[in-house]
Amino acid sequence: MSEVITLAHGSGGTLTHELINKIFYKHFQNDLLDSENDAAVFNAEGKMAFTTDSFVITPVFFKGGNIGKISVCGTVNDLASMGAIPKYLSCGFIIEEGLKFSELERIVEAMAETAKKAGVKIVTGDTKVVGKGACDKVFINTAGIGFIPEGRVTGGNMAKPGDKVILTGFMGDHGTSILLEREDMGISADLSSDCAPLNGLVEKIYEVTSNAHVLRDPTRGGVATTLNEIASQSGVDIKLYEEKLPVRDEVQGICDMLGMEPIYMANEGKMLVIVPGDVSEKVLDAIRSHEYGVNAEIIGDVLESKSPRVLLKTYAGGTRVVDMLTGDQLPRIC
Amino acid sequence: MNDFLKDFRNPEISSMLNNELSKYKDRTYRIMELCGTHTMSLFKSGVRDILPGNIKLISGPGCPVCVTPNYYMDNAVKLAMMKDVIVTTFGDLMRVPGNGKSLLEAKTDGADARVVYSPIDSLKVATENPDKKVVFLSVGFETTTPIVALTVKKAREEGINNFLILSGNKTMPAAIELLAMDKDVAIDGFFYPGHVCSVAGTEYARIISKKYGIPGVVAGFEPVDLLYAILELVKLINEGNGEVKNLYGRVVRDEGNLDAYNTMFEVFKPCDTVWRGIGNIPMSGLELREAYEAFDAWKVFDLKQNIDEKINGCICGEILKGLKEPSECPLFAKACTPNKPVGACMVSSEGSCAAHYKYGRNKNV
Repeated sequence: MSEVITLAHGSGGTLTHELINKIFYKHFQNDLLDSENDAAVFNAEGKMAFTTDSFVITPVFFKGGNIGKISVCGTVNDLASMGAIPKYLSCGFIIEEGLKFSELERIVEAMAETAKKAGVKIVTGDTKVVGKGACDKVFINTAGIGFIPEGRVTGGNMAKPGDKVILTGFMGDHGTSILLEREDMGISADLSSDCAPLNGLVEKIYEVTSNAHVLRDPTRGGVATTLNEIASQSGVDIKLYEEKLPVRDEVQGICDMLGMEPIYMANEGKMLVIVPGDVSEKVLDAIRSHEYGVNAEIIGDVLESKSPRVLLKTYAGGTRVVDMLTGDQLPRIC
Repeated sequence: MNDFLKDFRNPEISSMLNNELSKYKDRTYRIMELCGTHTMSLFKSGVRDILPGNIKLISGPGCPVCVTPNYYMDNAVKLAMMKDVIVTTFGDLMRVPGNGKSLLEAKTDGADARVVYSPIDSLKVATENPDKKVVFLSVGFETTTPIVALTVKKAREEGINNFLILSGNKTMPAAIELLAMDKDVAIDGFFYPGHVCSVAGTEYARIISKKYGIPGVVAGFEPVDLLYAILELVKLINEGNGEVKNLYGRVVRDEGNLDAYNTMFEVFKPCDTVWRGIGNIPMSGLELREAYEAFDAWKVFDLKQNIDEKINGCICGEILKGLKEPSECPLFAKACTPNKPVGACMVSSEGSCAAHYKYGRNKNV
């Protein structure tokens, strides 16, 4: 097999078959995929959730994962956010010619490994190869289907006054870690992306309550932006407590240096969970019992509101507005 | 959180200081902060929110982006649009509009403008692109300028001849003195810029405060720093002898950082410059000395400065002098938002309009 992927690998001919057999089938192997038909066929009944996401990240390999791992986690987490049990994923690859086979294999391996961990099957896929410069190494799209067990109703519009807001761990790890790698800032920190599939953690929550009002993963725009979305969808205020916000020293330090805020930094392995006050402690314990929720905290309250917003009670005892992120966070001058 | 930071963010100490402060309710205290990072920290930490109502905080011209004139941005965009030029800049400047487009908007027309995190990174861009000229947008006060000076020196030592800077650098003392003199502004006390003082020292602050009888403090940026500094400043105002206290001794030495200061003036010399909304403040700008002319984008590209620049519409000037609050500007949060800023005070994360928009808006609805 050649060392790099060429346009011929996307032509549909023998090289395409070689690519599919030696990389995709080899790692994704499952009964539905192995039937080698044009579409995956399976039975379904009851309520389902369906979602899609495209991944175009630089760098493709980063501390704590790679684009493959994140492409499975992202879709699994979007399904889990609806209380669904993720089942089947599709994947579409757009590959820039010249990508090394060994690199593609590492990406596909990570996808297979993450899918296994999340208990989902990658059942159908597609590959295209484009010329140099038409994409950046590799773009991946995944779509996913999950089944929602009876009795689970959750959504961004369901936060109610009296609810508590739980964050399942340290915020900003992914965004900060990627920033350091991307900008080559010469800051060495023991920090890596938190990228992880969260459906197992969500099931832990449903073991103790069927009443999870909101589940949402705070990816781009961070905790602040996601909570603003929820506040506005639900027509409530959300009040956070600065001293309760879980942040690693490294993330806080780096953000302080660059004029950024951890609350706006992206996460790829965290969930915001909003549940009624009376079950919040039980839910917190359940989350903390899962490997991805050890550092979970109750970070705020849902309050009544006439004009929805997110507020923060600071260390100094003052209260201020936490707005949505505008554009990108830009590093400041001094 | 590490123990050191924990102490400076300690809620009990904060509340103790605030209680102490609430004893001074006999009069109004007009305090101006002169550093953009103070403006932001006072909002972000919630300190502004808990202060007694008789303590008025006024955000001065302490953010280098906010005081950058339109003609500077117009020239920056002009350079970025040139085929053989790459412009490098700190992130804040990307969204600042001049009379025409911002760099971010110009990018969609093909301008090559890249964000760097340190001026030194521009040298890397220059060596990687030997067929282009790389122009660093050099904007900043005493805090930032020494690093630019070092970068220019390094470029000369290493013979990197395709690197230039467009200097928009400024020094604070003349602007502070102008505010001290201005009877309309009527400041009772100054929050001197902590990071500028770390380079420039505290002597200039003592001279201004003594001369105009306006006391001041040099303060840190954590909640406890801020509250303690306000409390001490209120006491100094009551004593009325124009004294300056350095309360940021863990960073600021009275003599400043002489190495940094001298390097800055080895490479730069004072010149006239426009402060957005305020106008020309003589000898408050910095330009490259003759020995470094080859690195001066103003000269190499023959760019023009408009020393008489006037700005229409927004009231940046009155806001920067503390005469008006951002919410008094007819454009604030309507025609002018962080997504579509009219004035630079709305763009920079440390601009007073952006701070009011981001942290202060709608709080009491």
